[in-house]
Formats: sequence, structure tokens, C-alpha cells
Amino acid sequence: MTEIEKLYDLLKKAQEPKGYYFNKDRERVNDLLSSLMQNKERYGYMACPCRLASGDRQSDADIFCPCVYRGPDVQEFGSCYCNLYVTRAWNSGSIPHTYIPERRPASKLPF
Amino acid sequence: MAPVKIYTLSTCSHCKTTKKFLHDCNVVYDAIDVDLLQGEERAAIIEEVKKLNPNCSFPTLLIGDQVIVGFKENEIKEALGI
Repeated sequence: MTEIEKLYDLLKKAQEPKGYYFNKDRERVNDLLSSLMQNKERYGYMACPCRLASGDRQSDADIFCPCVYRGPDVQEFGSCYCNLYVTRAWNSGSIPHTYIPERRPASKLPF
Repeated sequence: MAPVKIYTLSTCSHCKTTKKFLHDCNVVYDAIDVDLLQGEERAAIIEEVKKLNPNCSFPTLLIGDQVIVGFKENEIKEALGI
């Protein structure tokens, strides 16, 4: 079992009971998980791969994956900002796959 | 065709999709992976992105003088005139 497969299984078990499902596009999910592992190596934590991390743990705390914006984004759009975590409706195609706007306020940018 | 510049992150799924889309459309573009930059160069490019897009989110595209934030296929096509 590869490291990505291990991470996939671990997160799936932890997140699905909370109503957060992995995108059914496995290739995209694997790519995002690989990026998360890369960020863990770079910064020491799994910063969101779709946002620019500062490398400062405290400043980046809101964008540790799963980020604090995942809940409201999944609720409003059916997907998190990266399209990693989605709802069942997103995966079944019963809701439109719209672009998820950045919810992180510019005031939180550490640069 | 208007010059195309995109500010991206090497890890970002939307950035990769945007690059692939431009490539598939045979668009010549200049891409900068901001997360791979360091020091003064990084700070200067971040300022450049913030001027175009105060949220400093990625990808940020500059097509001619038009700014598009995110992989918005229809807007990108329209700006490219394709």
C-alpha cells in the first residue's frame, strides 16, 4: 500500500462519518493528497495545497487541511475550495459544480 | 492574441487544471509558481498578485489587461477570444 493510499484510507474513515466525502475523481484526490504530503514535508503541517502558505504555523492555522472554511463551503456549494472534500450530491452530479470562491478573508493573509 | 500570464501554486489543483486547459487550447503563457519562490523575489511577486487580486488566491490570470481569478473556463475563453 502506498503512502497516498494509506492517507486516503485514514482520512476517508475519519471524514466520511462527518459527512465529508472525497471527490469521486480519484486522480484529482490522489494529486491533492500528494500535495498535502509535500506541504507536510515543506512546512511541517498539511497546509491547504490550493492556498499560499506562509510557513508560519500560527498564521497558517486556518488553512491546515481540513481548513476552517471547509464546513461553510461544503454547506453552501457542496465542495471545499480545492474540490477535495465534497457532498454525496456533488459526487452524484445532482448539484452544479460551480467554482468555489475564496472564503478566507484577505485580512488573514500573513503577507 | 493578448499576452497571458498566470500566477499559480505548484500544489494547487485549480492551477494545474488551468495550465492544462491553456496548453490544450495551444495558448502560449507565462506561468509563475509563487510557492516555489523565495525571499525578495517571492515578496515582489506576491505584491504583484495582490495588486491584481487582493485575496492573493490562485490561479490569478492576466490576459491582456483583464484579470480572472480561478479556473473560470468561460471567462478565460472569452478573454482569449476562443
